[in-house]
Amino acid sequence: MVSDSGGKRFNLKALLRDERFWKIAFQVITLLVVIGIAAFLIGNLNRNLARQGTVFGFSFLVNPAGFSIGESAIEYRPNDPYWRALMVGLSNTLSLVAAGIVLTTVLGVAAGVASFSTNWLLYKLSRVYVGLVRNVPLLLQLFFWYFAIYGTLPRPDNQINFLGLSYLNNRGVYIPWPSSAKLALFGIATIIIGAVAAFYLWQWRTNLRIETGTGGQAQLIGLGVLGVGVLLILTIGMNWQTPQGVEGGGVTGGLRLSREFVAALSALVFYTSAFVAEIVRAGIQSVSKGQWEAARSLGLNPGMVMRLVVFPQAMRVIIPPMNSEYMNLTKNSSLAFAVAFPEIYSVANTTYNQTGRPVEVFLILMATYLLICLVITLVMNQLNRAVQFKER
Amino acid sequence: MTSVTPDSFSSAPPEVSRLGPVAWMKKNLFSDWFNSILTVIIVTVLGLGAFRLITWAFTTAQWEVIPNNLGLFMTGTYPSELYARIWVLLAIMCALAGFSWGVIARNVSTLFSRNVLIGIGVICAFIILFPPTRPSALKLLPMVAIVAGMAAGGRALGRKFPGIGKWVSLSWFISYFAAIWLIGGGLGLTNVSTNDWGGLVLTLFTAVTGIALCFPLGILLALGRRSALPVVRWLSTAYIEVVRGVPLVAFLFMGQVMIPLFLPEGARPDRVLRAIIALSLFSAAYLAENVRAGLQAVPRGQREAAMSLGLNTPMTLGLIILPQALKIAIPAIVGQFISLFQDTTLLAIVGLAELLGIGRSILANPNYLGRYAEVYLFLGVIYWIFCYAMSLGSHKIEQKLNTEG
Repeated sequence: MVSDSGGKRFNLKALLRDERFWKIAFQVITLLVVIGIAAFLIGNLNRNLARQGTVFGFSFLVNPAGFSIGESAIEYRPNDPYWRALMVGLSNTLSLVAAGIVLTTVLGVAAGVASFSTNWLLYKLSRVYVGLVRNVPLLLQLFFWYFAIYGTLPRPDNQINFLGLSYLNNRGVYIPWPSSAKLALFGIATIIIGAVAAFYLWQWRTNLRIETGTGGQAQLIGLGVLGVGVLLILTIGMNWQTPQGVEGGGVTGGLRLSREFVAALSALVFYTSAFVAEIVRAGIQSVSKGQWEAARSLGLNPGMVMRLVVFPQAMRVIIPPMNSEYMNLTKNSSLAFAVAFPEIYSVANTTYNQTGRPVEVFLILMATYLLICLVITLVMNQLNRAVQFKER
Repeated sequence: MTSVTPDSFSSAPPEVSRLGPVAWMKKNLFSDWFNSILTVIIVTVLGLGAFRLITWAFTTAQWEVIPNNLGLFMTGTYPSELYARIWVLLAIMCALAGFSWGVIARNVSTLFSRNVLIGIGVICAFIILFPPTRPSALKLLPMVAIVAGMAAGGRALGRKFPGIGKWVSLSWFISYFAAIWLIGGGLGLTNVSTNDWGGLVLTLFTAVTGIALCFPLGILLALGRRSALPVVRWLSTAYIEVVRGVPLVAFLFMGQVMIPLFLPEGARPDRVLRAIIALSLFSAAYLAENVRAGLQAVPRGQREAAMSLGLNTPMTLGLIILPQALKIAIPAIVGQFISLFQDTTLLAIVGLAELLGIGRSILANPNYLGRYAEVYLFLGVIYWIFCYAMSLGSHKIEQKLNTEG
């Protein structure tokens, strides 16, 4: 297939010994095999689809869906088009993933740090938790939470009242919530802006104190005012609505988290946190012992050693694997479909069943999960850059 | 190769200063006020939880769902008149496991040390005392005897023929096909359709097959991704990244639907086979990333040294790079195997009656309505034992291969 240059006699033996030839030949063969397999598969697909009388295309998305969805964060009626149904599924997935990431981070970091506790009981508790939860399949845990824990809560007419603030029954969990979605968004925005402002104020104050050795009073007052302001907005301005038990069972007001959502969230958080705990533990262990000892000999107490010296250094090791844990959590959230929580996979599955278009639906699913994972990766990369070594 | 047990030459460990129980508690539980509060809270919560769990387990819980359905849990709807075949299979596995143990432990001074004897005693006592296993005690106790006997034999043979290791590997390989033959029938045995495969047997079968398939595939993908050849690199990277972006449920479910679509008309692979293919293709992408991390950890000098010795690329990879890379990657690889084992539960969603699936169909039986906690706890214990054993094994291999001193 290749003739040697310069009119020299074609030498097959030399060619077969030449690694450059093999490098090219190997790639060409690989490519041909892959193209061949792909052509075979796609040809079959076309033939099979033609036999079923369907043509590849996404135009079915504008047809009315015709199925109802149990719970949705955005408005949805059964005769809305498929794309809107899928958006509902996406919104449910996103709320599950967002809540899951926040709670997993808290629980996972706590469990990881707890394994360095000087309290023997806390240390053992953390180790037993990790060893127990990591070795049992997530789906089994999900069923356990859904059927054996939340399923055995009392019926609505006998529901549990928690401190007068929340209600628990076998239909779900009812928590206090701002009376309108707008107010809730406003509250979240307030927290974010407040946190950013506080962060910069704190940095300003630290820099000032490093440079001049004194001062920072004004910034401290500013921080206090900021804190009080955010607290006031959060407590009074949000018009919190606490759930109220109704005579004879049931609850009005507040936010109802369905049993499916709570079970899926609990399973995801408990499972993923065990992995996060191990990551945090490995990260903390990677900080050299001298750092602990130096910090201790400067007179910091154990809590401060962890918070100011060890943990910031451990972050460098912790952040990259955390990214893949968050992505695992995102992908595992599709298991919530097994307890009938209408997240994107569940809606996509119904869509496929009704339209008989597995390939298109699969592509949409793939694109959606890739997009969510991409966003997580972008954020985590930013975070990673912030905690890396700052060297000259 | 002579081996010396570490105890015989290492110097005596320093005296451990033993704390009295009160001093121990003071040091580890009540060292300061914060720890004291923590201890009190944890003890209260754990105590209440344990109390409620125990009262539930001995009063409210109705455990008869487990012994009544033990056959289903273990083998699914496998015809009960053919159970003998499963017992034979178990006996073969026990014999091989015992033999391998004996061969591996051929250099240990006493095979049946005190701890091992205690372990065997506990297992025997458990088999006799635990209600679900008691009816089969006459079959299970000989299994323990087979393991112990074969271990002694394996140790004796292993000492005589040091090269016996590869024969052991070969017999494991052959036993896999013997297992398919014994479970599925054919060649003189009654055929059992894969629809009747189920329970723990199906879980283990899919897990083992999945692991056996995804391991070479994952290594190939990892090598492909690290390859200097651009076409190979791009294809491997694209495959790995796409598969890692999709949740396994979607992969499995759509696999059940789409694999037939991508094949010529009429070609419909078996349901179990389809699930195993999807599971292996999925796991291979993750495994490839673990192996890649191992490959990256091998110093460049190793490759250059191998090349300068005149080894070509396949030999460099196979003899120099991969053995080192795989050794580094063992914990991650075993972790991936564990998650593949756990992922077999998802086959329950696509309608296979593996361990979790059979549990769900038992729970759908009106006689056992609402026995969720009992069944799921039982299944959880089974999965836990297997996964924990795997991670323990990985720890052992890691220690054994640790040549750093």
